[in-house]
Amino acid sequence: MSLKININTGASVPIYKQITEQVRRAVATGRLTVAEQLPSVRALAESLVLNPNTVARAYADLAREGLIETRPGRGVFIIPKRRVLHPAEGRRRLEPLLNSLISEAIAMDFKPEELQDAFEKKLQEWTNDKRGKP
Amino acid sequence: MSDAPVIRTRGLTRYFGRKCAVHDLNLEVPRGCVFAFLGRNGSGKSTTIRMLLGLLQPDRGEANVLGCDSRALTPELRARIGYLTEEHQLYGWMNVREAGEFQAAFYPRWNEKIFRGVIGHFGLKPEARVKHLSRGMRAGLCLALTLAPDPELLILDDPALGLDPVARRSLVESMIYLMRRSDRTIFFSSHHLGDVERVADYLAVLDDSVLRACCPLESFRNSVQEVQLRFDGVPPKLPPIPGLLQAFRTEHELRVTCVHYNGETERALRALAPAALETVPLGLEDAFISYLGERGEKTFILSDTETSS
Repeated sequence: MSLKININTGASVPIYKQITEQVRRAVATGRLTVAEQLPSVRALAESLVLNPNTVARAYADLAREGLIETRPGRGVFIIPKRRVLHPAEGRRRLEPLLNSLISEAIAMDFKPEELQDAFEKKLQEWTNDKRGKP
Repeated sequence: MSDAPVIRTRGLTRYFGRKCAVHDLNLEVPRGCVFAFLGRNGSGKSTTIRMLLGLLQPDRGEANVLGCDSRALTPELRARIGYLTEEHQLYGWMNVREAGEFQAAFYPRWNEKIFRGVIGHFGLKPEARVKHLSRGMRAGLCLALTLAPDPELLILDDPALGLDPVARRSLVESMIYLMRRSDRTIFFSSHHLGDVERVADYLAVLDDSVLRACCPLESFRNSVQEVQLRFDGVPPKLPPIPGLLQAFRTEHELRVTCVHYNGETERALRALAPAALETVPLGLEDAFISYLGERGEKTFILSDTETSS
């Protein structure tokens, strides 16, 4: 498995979110592919030196998003992405993310064109280059 | 397995002379969890732990451990509790293996595999003399002696005290190893919030003898919020804000930490007419420090008269 998770204690991001974000990113960039197996809750908890409940919570969130699936007795696997949110709900959740991105960028004096460029570039990295780390 | 809490205290109170060490403490520790008992030095954590174990009598209230009043714990029940404290009795002339054999004689459920596993984990050689062990190695031996009887309830009083980062990591790993059994409960006090964040399900915060928080770790972290207010001019004077913990003032900014941040808090802050208002999530350690640090408004900026004088 080509997944290396880094845990930072003392960060403002809770540990379970650090795990979900890194798995999500590894899937988005192609470092983790469909049908690949993730470590069991206990194995990941022991290797990252974490409470197993924290890992279980991260896995539960990823399963709810439709990113992984636990097959009893066999393990935890990456599954093909299916849409779990209603499109309208998806748009509703996207809204505050866009707002905070744009307001921060304006506060840093970015011009609309610059911001658009940067956004396009990032989007390319995430969607095209499935192999390398962006 | 019963759902009754493993530890339950009701109105637990203890004075030393006229000084109140623990005041009216109500605590419940569910079975199978890792519970962090936090507070500054002298806040009453050790006194509470000693009352839980029946080593100290409460002046009022009661403590119940494994379903039994702490004052009436039988040797059989005590054998199901592992207690690790700083002043663990070790005989310097023994070697590590002998210390294990000596301890094993007192415990019918002694598990040699756990003992060897933990001493191996801390890099201890069975033939090493106890008196020649470093602080971290001694701690490892004490932990091995506490874990090997396979206790149902593990009570650790500041086990990380004085340990270097490597030994501390071994300690945390040992705690996680113990969690393989889902019916085992760990109750520990610590000042290392990073370790707490790694292992704890619940936390309780004792502040100068009074329990100030007792909840899941995530709830605690979420209940403390930092709010940054930006102003075009000089930030106005701060009116009473519900749940205010601390406020820091800079030239054009007011940073406020609040507990139980809600609509009412936000309305009070918006009434100051800031140019921008933003809530910022806090890490566990920062949340803890604002929670227990001195209340009120502080400033990092010295006024001109102060700097020039």
